[in-house]
This record gives sequence, C-alpha cells and structure tokens, in this order.
Amino acid sequence: MVIKIPDPSLVILIGASGSGKSTFAQRHFKPTEILSSDFCRGIVSDDENDQTVTTDAFEVLHFIAAKRLAAGKLTVIDATNVQPDARKPILALAREYHYLTVAIVLNIPAKVCQERNAERPDRDFGRHVVRNQTSQLRRSIRSLKREGFRNFVYVFSSPEEVDAVQVERQSLWTNRKDESGPFDIIGDIHGCYDELVELLIKLGYEVSTNSDGHPTVNAPHGRKTIFLGDYVDRGPKVVDVMRLVINMHKSGIAHCVPGNHDVKLARALRGKNVTTTHGLAESLSQLENESDEFKLQVAEFIEGLISHYEFDNGKLVVAHAGMKENLQGRASGRVREFALYGETTGETDEIGLPVRLNWAEEYRGAATVVYGHTPVAEPQWFNRTINIDTGCVFGGQLTALRYPEKELVSIPAHKTYYEPAKPLQDDVNRPTSLGTHKDEGILDINDVIGRRVISTRLNHNVTIREENTITALEVISRFAIDPKWLIYLPPTMSPTATTTIDDLLEHPVEGFAYYRNQEVSKVVWQEKHMGSRAIVIVCKSPETAQRRFGVSVDTLGVCYTRTGRPFFEDTSLENELLLRLKHAIDKMGFWETLDTDWICLDCELMPWSIKAQELLRQQYAPVGSSASVAIDEVISSLESAKKRGVQVDEFLEGYQERKNAVKEYTTAYQRYCWDVKSISDIRLAPFHILATEGTVHFDKDHLWHIEMLTKLCNSSDDNVLFTTSNGMVDLTDQDSENTAINKWEELTAQGGEGIVIKPQDFIVKGKRGLIQPAVKCRGKEYLRIIYGPEYTLSHNLERLRARGLSLKRSLAIREFALGVEALERFVDREPLSKVHECVFGVLALESETVDPRL
Amino acid sequence: MLLTITTTHSPATDLGFLLHKHPDKLQTFTLPYGQAHVFYPEACAEKCTAALLLDIDSVGLVRRYRGQSSESFSLAEYVNDRPYTASSFLSVAIARVFGSALAGKCKDRPELLDTPIPLTAKLSTLPCRGGEHFLRRLFEPLQYTVHAERHILDSQFPDWGNSRYFSVTLDATCRLSDLLTHLYVLIPVLDDEKHYWVDEAEIEKLLRHGEAWLSDHPEQETIVNRYLKYQRRLTRQAFSQLSDTGVEPDEDKHNEEETQIEEHIGLNEIRLSKTAEVIKDFGAKRVLDLGCGEGKLLRKLLVEKQFEEIVGMDVSHNNLIKVKQRLHYDRLPEKKKERLTLFQGSLCYRDKRLEGYDAAAVIEVIEHLDSSRLSAFERVLFEYTCPDMIVLTTPNVEYNVKFENLPAGRFRHKDHRFEWTRLEFESWANDMSNRFGYEVTFHPIGENDEVVGSPTQMAVFKRKSSE
Repeated sequence: MVIKIPDPSLVILIGASGSGKSTFAQRHFKPTEILSSDFCRGIVSDDENDQTVTTDAFEVLHFIAAKRLAAGKLTVIDATNVQPDARKPILALAREYHYLTVAIVLNIPAKVCQERNAERPDRDFGRHVVRNQTSQLRRSIRSLKREGFRNFVYVFSSPEEVDAVQVERQSLWTNRKDESGPFDIIGDIHGCYDELVELLIKLGYEVSTNSDGHPTVNAPHGRKTIFLGDYVDRGPKVVDVMRLVINMHKSGIAHCVPGNHDVKLARALRGKNVTTTHGLAESLSQLENESDEFKLQVAEFIEGLISHYEFDNGKLVVAHAGMKENLQGRASGRVREFALYGETTGETDEIGLPVRLNWAEEYRGAATVVYGHTPVAEPQWFNRTINIDTGCVFGGQLTALRYPEKELVSIPAHKTYYEPAKPLQDDVNRPTSLGTHKDEGILDINDVIGRRVISTRLNHNVTIREENTITALEVISRFAIDPKWLIYLPPTMSPTATTTIDDLLEHPVEGFAYYRNQEVSKVVWQEKHMGSRAIVIVCKSPETAQRRFGVSVDTLGVCYTRTGRPFFEDTSLENELLLRLKHAIDKMGFWETLDTDWICLDCELMPWSIKAQELLRQQYAPVGSSASVAIDEVISSLESAKKRGVQVDEFLEGYQERKNAVKEYTTAYQRYCWDVKSISDIRLAPFHILATEGTVHFDKDHLWHIEMLTKLCNSSDDNVLFTTSNGMVDLTDQDSENTAINKWEELTAQGGEGIVIKPQDFIVKGKRGLIQPAVKCRGKEYLRIIYGPEYTLSHNLERLRARGLSLKRSLAIREFALGVEALERFVDREPLSKVHECVFGVLALESETVDPRL
Repeated sequence: MLLTITTTHSPATDLGFLLHKHPDKLQTFTLPYGQAHVFYPEACAEKCTAALLLDIDSVGLVRRYRGQSSESFSLAEYVNDRPYTASSFLSVAIARVFGSALAGKCKDRPELLDTPIPLTAKLSTLPCRGGEHFLRRLFEPLQYTVHAERHILDSQFPDWGNSRYFSVTLDATCRLSDLLTHLYVLIPVLDDEKHYWVDEAEIEKLLRHGEAWLSDHPEQETIVNRYLKYQRRLTRQAFSQLSDTGVEPDEDKHNEEETQIEEHIGLNEIRLSKTAEVIKDFGAKRVLDLGCGEGKLLRKLLVEKQFEEIVGMDVSHNNLIKVKQRLHYDRLPEKKKERLTLFQGSLCYRDKRLEGYDAAAVIEVIEHLDSSRLSAFERVLFEYTCPDMIVLTTPNVEYNVKFENLPAGRFRHKDHRFEWTRLEFESWANDMSNRFGYEVTFHPIGENDEVVGSPTQMAVFKRKSSE
C-alpha cells in the first residue's frame, strides 16, 4: 500500500512496545528525521530503557522537535504514543508551527509484540505492559480524528500490512519553489475586466476572443501571471473576470490565490447564509443570469485555490493579504486565515473596518512577499514586502509587479466603480495616527545584536561574533551618521607580504607575486594617497536625497568616514564639497551616462590632518618633539665624554643614525598635514564608482573606474577633485612589472604613501574563493609613522618582519563581501534593515583585534 | 632619555664614589625593557657630571605589552614617546643603576652621605601633566630652584601649540640620596603614567621613598593619587599611613579640577533623587533606566521596594560591567538580584525587551545623540517603548554662563551634540506629547536662576490613556 505523507509534516507513530515502530521508521525516513523516545532516554540517562527518566526524555524530544518544526523539517516521533495525553503535546507543537500531522498506527496483535520483546533481553517488562498498550491503542483509533489528526491517519493491523507499506512524500500545495518565473503579479481586480485586459496587453500578453465569445490569453514567452485574489465584488464585470481568470488558470498560464471576497462568494453560491455587504450583492446579481453549471464552476474553482504560494526557491511568496515569515509554506487554518484577511486585532475601527496590525513593518523574512487586499494610493516596498492593490475599483489603478524585474506596471481605472469607505492612504502599514514619517519604519535591535550570520552573494555566509556586535552597536549608535545614508563601508586592506629586500618591509614584488599565484595575469596599480578614506554620496538634488534615501534633510548628499562617522564637523565645508562634485558630474553628463540621479563614490580625502588632528597632537607630534630634543641632548653629552677620552664612538654613531631617523619621521608626517581654511585646501581623490541607481559597478573592471573618474577629475575647474596616478601591469611581462616598481620607488621617494595593487577585474574568485580585491604596498618613509621613527634600524627591522597577514586578509575578504552585499541590497531596494545589517557587520568585523599596523 | 647629575662640590669627582660608578668608563646595565648606560661628560675637581642614558627597546615594548588591557595601550604603540622621555622607566633605572646611592649607602666615602652638596639634575625631556605650574609646586617646596623650558609640538605647525615636554634643570644643595629619591617619586607623578601594574607593593615604595618629605609636602594628595594611579583602595590606605590621625584628608582640600567635579556631583545627586522621587510618586512598579551609565540611578531605584522590576540599559557594554561592579551585582541577595535586569541596547533601535513598562528614566541622554538620530530616538521611546510615564532630563544651555570654568559657546561635555534652551526643550517636549499622546510637565533641577533658569531641565511625560 502506498501512503502519502506531506513534506513537511509531523509524523507520529502509534504502537505498543514491540509493534515495529523503530524498524518502520528506519525503513522509511532519514535517521535525522526520527526522534525516538528511547534515544532521548539514553541521552539523559545513558539507558534507553530507563522508564524513570521518561519526563526528562520527552522534554528533550519536544525541544528538538520544536527546533525542527521551526526550521520547516519533516519530523517523525517514534514513541508508543498510545495514550491521548502523550499525543496532546505533539499536536500542540504541530499547531504552534502550523504543521500538518500524520498518524501511522501499528495495530499489531499483542501476542506478536510480546514475542518480539521476548527476544530482546533489555525489554524484560511484564506481559501486562504490552497488553495495556494494545488496548489503549485500540481505544485511540476511533478518537484520533477528534483529537486533531485529520486527513492523514493510516492504520495497519498486521505485520504483513506494515511490511507492504510504501511511503510517498508530497510537497505541500503551497510549494512551487521549482518555478522561478518570470511572473507578472496582478493585484485586486474586483470585476474591473476592461482594465485587466488592458493591463495584460500592456504586459505583453495576447488577449483574443474565441469562437464561443470567451476570452483566451496567450502569454509572452516563458511568462506567467499570478493573480492575488479578490476577483469579484464591487466592480462591473465580475463574470468576465472570473471566466478569464479560470481560463488562464486552466491553460496553465496563471497561478491564482483566493481573496476574502472570492471565498465569501463561493459560500454564497453554495447556498450558505452570508451577508451581501461590501459588494457581494453586485457579484450575485451579475451572476444571476449565468448557468448553474458556471456558478458551480466558479464555486469549485475558488474552493480549490491554495492559500498562498512559495516560488523561486522560496524567494517569492504571494498571498492575498500577505504572509508572515513563520507561516510561509505552512499549512493550517491560521495560515489560510492570514492569507485571506491579514493580521487583525479582531477589533473594528470607527467605520467598521478591521483594525490591522503592522505585520509588514516587523517582517524580516528572506522571501519577497507580494500581496494586495488593502488598497493603497501607491505601492511601496516595505521590508521586502509590497502591497500592489492600488484600488482599481475605487477609481485607483490596476497594478502588476513584474518579477524578478520588480517593475511596476499599471492601468488607471476608467472610473470610480465603488466609493471607498475611507480615502486611499499612502500605505496603511504606516502608523498614520502617529505623524507623517515617510520612512521605512525603525531599525530593530534584533536586526543587529547577538551572533549574526549574514548571507552574501559573494562569500556565502559571513559570521559576526557577539562580542563584535556589542562594540559595533555602541559605535554606530553614538557616532555614525543617519543609517539611511549608510549604504556602504569599505573593507580593510591587507599589505603585501613582508619583503626581505634591502631595509624595506614592503615592496611591490610581493604584491605582484600574490596575484600571479592566484592566476591573475593583469593587475592595475594606483597611487595610495595619504589622507582619510571617505565615502561620498552625491545626489542630483536635495529632493533626490529625500526620495531615494528617505532622509529629511535638505542636502545634496553626505561624506562619511570608513567607520560611518560624519567626515566634517563643519557642514558648510561638506556642502561646498558636494556642490563642487555635483558640478563636475553635471558637466560630464554622468547623470545621463549612468542613468541615475545619485552616485556613491569611494574616495580618499586630503589632508590627513583634518581627521587626524587629535592623533597628530596626542601622538605623532609629541614623539617627534620629544625625540629630537632628547637625542640632541644625548649626542652633546656623548661628545663631551668623547673629548674626555671615554670610549663612546659606537654610541655616537648609533645616536646620529637615530637622529636622522627621527628627522625623516617628522618630515614623513608633516607631508600629510596642511591647514584647511576653505574648500580650496581640500583634495578629494575618488577611485571607485561604487553604485548608482539600479547598479553596483563592481561588474566593471578597474580600467573603467579609472577612465570615468579621470574624466570627472579633469573636468573640474578647480583642483579640489584630484586625479590618482595609475598604471597597468602584465604579470607575464617582467618589463611591465619593473616599470610599475620604478613608479612605486619614485612615488615613495617623494614621500608618497605607496601604491595599491588590484586585479584588473573588480571581483575575482580564485581556486579557494574570493581573492583580495586589493593589496597595499607602502613606502619606507611612510612606514615610519606606522612602525615608529627608528623602525628601519636593522635590529628593529628584523623583528618587525615577523608579522602574520592571514587574519587581516580573511577580514578583508569578509568585509568586502559584506560591503558589496550592502550596496547590492540598497540598489535592489531592499529594506533598510537588510542594508544596515551588512554595514553593521563590516563595522563589527573592524573591531576584531588585528595588528593595527597592517 | 638622558638624566645628568652635576655637582660643584669639591672635589667634584667624589660624585663617582657616591654613585658607585667610575668617571672614566662607560658602563652598561641590562634592564627588562632595554639598557641603561652611565658615563661622565665632564669630570674634573671643580665640576663633575654623571649621565644616565636610557635605551628603551621600543619594538620589544610593543611586543611585550601586546594584547594587554587598554590601561597600557600607549605602550602598545610603535610610535611612542616612551623611549625619549622621563617616565617610570627612568625611576626603575635609577633604582637599578644607582640603587646604593638612592638608598644612601657609600662604603668608600661614608662621610659624604650626610653632607648636603650643590647638585644640579637635568632632565632632557620631562612630560609634565599640569604644566610648569605643577612642576614648580612639586619641586620648589623641596628647596629646588627650577628652570624649565617648554617645547612646542611642531615648529612647522605653531598652531598645534606646546607639547607637554620640558627640559628641566633642578638646582639644590642637598644629599644625593634626597635628589634621587625626589626624582624617583616625582617623575612618574609628573608623567602621570606607569608602565607596570600598580598594586600594594607600590604603597610600600611610595612610603619608603617619601618617608622624609611626603607627609609635609603641600601637594601630597595629588602625588599620592597620581603615584597610585587614582586607585581609591590604595590611596586611602596610603593616606591613612601618611597622616598622624589615620583619617583621610579633608574633602575641602581638593584641587580646582576636583572642586568642579564636586559641583557636578552635587547637581547629579539632585537630578537623580528627583527622578527617583517622581517615578515613585507616580506609583510605577516596573521601571526602565535608559542610558543607565554606571548605575547611580539604579542604585537609588534598587533601595525602593516599590520597584519590583528594574531594567538598566546602556549602549556601552563597559558601562554595564561597571554597574555590576558598583552594585556588587554578583553578591546581591537573590531577591534583590531578581528585580534587576541589565542589558546592552540602543535608543536608536526599536527593542521589544523595553515594551510594557510603567515608567522610564532617560537622564542626560538625548544631548549625546546626533540630531540626525533624534527622530529614530523619538519613535523608539514614545511610539514603541511607550511606558506610561517618562522622566527625561537634559542640560539647560542658558545656565552655562554661570559656569565659570566653561568658555562661552562650549558645551558642558565634549560628547554633547547639542544643548537646548528652555524654549527649545519645551517646544520639543510639547511636540512629542502631541504626536504620541502624552501630557508633559516641566521641572527645574538645581538652583533656579531668575534669568537663566536651572542648570538641568526635566520633563515628565504621562501617557494620556493611562490615568
């Protein structure tokens, strides 16, 4: 006999000891799917037959079962389960997690069970035990349905029957994960047939009339329609709509979910006593002249609809009134109710409409949820959910969402067919009574605290340890700019492997070798400016900033540091900088070239002294000042001693060398400092175009970035925008490499910080996953401000060469993956919390303890 | 780092006997953190100078202190002034290299020991926290003539101002052991840092080297505080051993800086008492202290039996650790401990853990928020957390003119992002009440000046539906 078991479901085996439950379970289910009470007894007491630990064993069993159910896994409970009291907690679990239950009863004669037990030395309990169990089981069979086991109860009454069983797993009706579209998802129609046809045509469907005068629809290649329910009531052409929808459904080009109006109509058609308010009367009168056969067809069609669907590997969920994360792909009355009515408090407001809860505001699921049900003036993304019921029947529009494109297509209503009870609102999910905030809701603490695992498209899952989120929470809360602006944080960058050339710590040779080993043949180098990292977002107008970023300030954008802090204390300087940048972009026509009204740039901002003022005064200058005074004194004392004939030559020489080192050190940091009195003292060197509307530009190679940004900098009238010198290196050509090395020597001899070496492509995956997106190679003099004035002295250098790069490199990759993910999510118009999660992750990783000098 | 000691005592070369170091040789000593060398730049009968040269191994220092607590963070930097300045490293070197002289021992010229001789000590770079004024207050009472030359940070950037380093010359006629003892104790006091962990052994050192002079020194308190790194447990013990009566010194004798803090503590106390009182009078049982800092308000709330459940939240995890220490959390009786919950959180994020409480105290918090984060804070507090009552305080900027030590236009705390006038605060609070359904009353905290009002302003919000 073949029995059908929904997957997932909660399967409960019922049978006396010795009835063959465990054997049955092992034959038909994976070991990890089976939770056996004996096994749990063993876990808590080391003895699988110890009946005294039964309570503890079941606590463990229920706990594990709950975890599996929360994760959506098929789970089999292997225990005798012969008493209603034993089944009760299992049924409660199924209800809590909206699971279907399956009861498999092994009604084996007591004698057979006893014989089997007799063969097992560990089951030496009396014969009465099995006898009692068997009689309890027999009594139970009748009551199983009443207890709550509904559609799937299977009873087998002999060992032969049991042996003949074959289990067939069935996906839930809601599971259409293997279909990934493309889809055109259409909101509440309410009998607006003309608009529906226009919309289908606009979407590229062919709508024609067949011989019997009924419409037929052909879908453009590969596309399917998904109707979100509420086909009927209120509007003028309910019959036509139903005919079209049923036809499309039959011919396999449309998926349909039911709406609350449809369900009520079906009940009415079945002769149930329902009130004919809210437009039902219109449906019924329009159907009056139709054949009984058609009416029956409508009722059956509606009754056969599935509450909601999961498509595209679980990435898309559709339902009439939405679907919470923990109900997606589940089956219960509650799930169906949610799909039809959404989440309500059970109360009604002053005009008799149900008071709704903001499920979408709290939604944090991974799946995109598209729904309708409550008319809104304009669809808006809200935490990966979108309501596309734009109230056509109320004189609004009929709207479709294209998936995966996420484009909205709509047709305005020809007229107002039905007066709305209250005017359409921007979005009912907003707390309208509490002001007019146009934002996406507030970030939730649960979006950031604790240990986190963030999935990124580049590097799978990135794990953030709790102690790092603790630090990041404080830093972000106290110092960061408005999170709405914070769409990216740059990754840390590893230096090249330590060199042994001359008296150097770093040399380009090791950088080139790294990429050559990763089988990269073309790299670019760019000068590394010694300033401070700055992320700049510049918008075409303050309105763009408000609309796209949801900020309420009147600025053209923002300039922030690598830890998300405002770059300038003086906002007038920031505004001036943004304005100059905007002018340059205007002039280059980048808004048009990139088809955007905002640009996010990765830059270095000079001088270093703007951000490093405190550091300079507290650390760098004091070291230079004290060192030069002290060493001069030492030298003059040693010289006096020398005159007296004391043997101090070796010391004098050493101190002369140290004096020079200190002088070089002071010169090194002084180069990166100058006074900033106005904008014209600032240099901004952009080096990546991170993102613009609709695109993250990591798919272009560095040559593109360099070319675009060189144009931009050259177009600027003043010298605030600063070009970065660069070159290409063919790693198969020694001459090409030498040219770059010469350039590095030249730049660092002039006091430059050094260069950054990057593979020509922005994102490169090697044999073992992502490789470093860039490595830095710093110059000898610059490194004095990192490793101290006297690091070049041979006894220091030898020790400093022992440094490990692996943690730094691993962090660089993880942070890079998170940064890219943040931008991708922002560009995809994902909710703020999803973008923030990644940015927060970068900052948290930055609090890992890594040698700060790398 | 160089320390030279010169004498014009006749014959000056006796200095070699006193220091136990031969004037014609350069001698090297190995120390845990590097080397010390002693040599004589001049040595004739009229004048003799001994030099103690300290070679600190900066790379070794970093490696040694890596991964230690933030206390010694400055030592974990390669770019570090320690190799070039006088600090506790020099004190250690004095004790190691001139140990006998420091202890007042001299077997070759015992008669020199108790003879005051003209001495000059020169420190090439002495960091002085507290400036020249403090330097003089330390050495002048000990009968030194002090010459100090202050060094600027960077001659290319005169705007950056002066460094904390001085080249210092100290002249006195005294015993060599006195000079060394004074230097041994006072160098780290001026530097206000120690390169090693300060514990009980430090009290013994201080008392031994300060025996002859510390109890009469007018700066005794600062010396002890700084020498023992402000560890109350240690300083209290030291003070009681230093004074005849065995009691702590009078609180009035605190220096200016502390007086200011005193003043501040006074205001804080009033603010917190008033807060606790208002919440208690409201009848609240379950209360939140949002931004609990180091737990001063929590302590007040805990003693009131009325409060059955007290939650302390702060954005700084370190603060919560301090709260636990201050309240002796681990040793609280079970009943009391059960009433208190502490967790890290942020008022910029909605937090379900905070929902459903009777009252919330938000004391001196909002002024630490950037104005761009204020709108999130408002919704988190008034819309989502929405306790029945909220006590919120913030500085009244009008009152700042009355703080003598506060330059005009400066906020009271470096981290304050804004400070509001009474009008600004009241209009904000009224706006909150209207938007979120509260009623608000305002209360002055501290002296209420006729013109500029009180130093702190308090708003008490009560939710309208919860009468």
